[in-house]
Amino acid sequence: MTRVTTAPSPVEVERPESEDVVQRDVPWITIVWNDPVNLMSYVTHVFQEYFRYPRAKAEKLMLQVHHEGKAVVSNGSREEMERDVQAMHEYGLWATLQREDA
Amino acid sequence: MTPGFSRGRRGRVLGSFSVPEAVLLRNLVSQVVELVHDEAPPVAHSSDPLESMLGRGGPVAAPEDPVLARLLPDAYSGDDEAAGEFRRFTEPNLREQKAANGRSVISDLERGGLSEDSAETDENVELDLGPDQVRAWLRSLTDVRLALATRLGIGDGDEDRWESMPDDDPRRYVHEVYDWLGYVQETLVQSLD
Repeated sequence: MTRVTTAPSPVEVERPESEDVVQRDVPWITIVWNDPVNLMSYVTHVFQEYFRYPRAKAEKLMLQVHHEGKAVVSNGSREEMERDVQAMHEYGLWATLQREDA
Repeated sequence: MTPGFSRGRRGRVLGSFSVPEAVLLRNLVSQVVELVHDEAPPVAHSSDPLESMLGRGGPVAAPEDPVLARLLPDAYSGDDEAAGEFRRFTEPNLREQKAANGRSVISDLERGGLSEDSAETDENVELDLGPDQVRAWLRSLTDVRLALATRLGIGDGDEDRWESMPDDDPRRYVHEVYDWLGYVQETLVQSLD
């Protein structure tokens, strides 16, 4: 079946088939970057609410962002990571995705 | 200064703001709503005829306005093509989300008693928020703080810079507003624990 370009949902960016085949097994990661604005309590809250992380893990990640400038907050397929990055941008956090081996 | 937000009963969150505070909040939130809404760039022309017909797709380049660039950041760093493609599919929705959050906050303030002639009363604007409203407030306060911080050029550990500014420097007042918004947001996050 041909992948006709139907109107995709906002976070499901269509990719050429060839790229899917090449990159299928490469894990992707979402990185949250430090910024001077977001409250530590809010960042922890976001990690708990969106990723459903327990408080201790959310706080650990928040502190890693704060002290090291960034933290890997999730990993999975490219599509999943695009969804996570979009969600972080909705919360006002600064996030990017990349291949884990990049 | 009013105490911001506190925990209500059955998962609700209560807030109380003086009229000047509520007016300030509405003005700041309205500005962000207008910024993400009115300065939306024209939709990039799609090479896919069907997609064009459906009117899908947004811009490819990051916004030039530094505030918008912070509110709508690149999803890929160092890969302009992937960042542009992602932006084309997601930016219109992200803008709409942010505008909707702001409109929700404004509507809460007005339901809480803020109106055109509020200046003539000294009754506080009282808020009683459910979970969806709280989510909109948290995101909207974040967007306003990001916008102010970007305009002011706020950096890590630069508190002294603002405190040493002369009283008549308008940036000092804006920074005080920014600090106050941080306090309000902190009380909102704490009220969820």
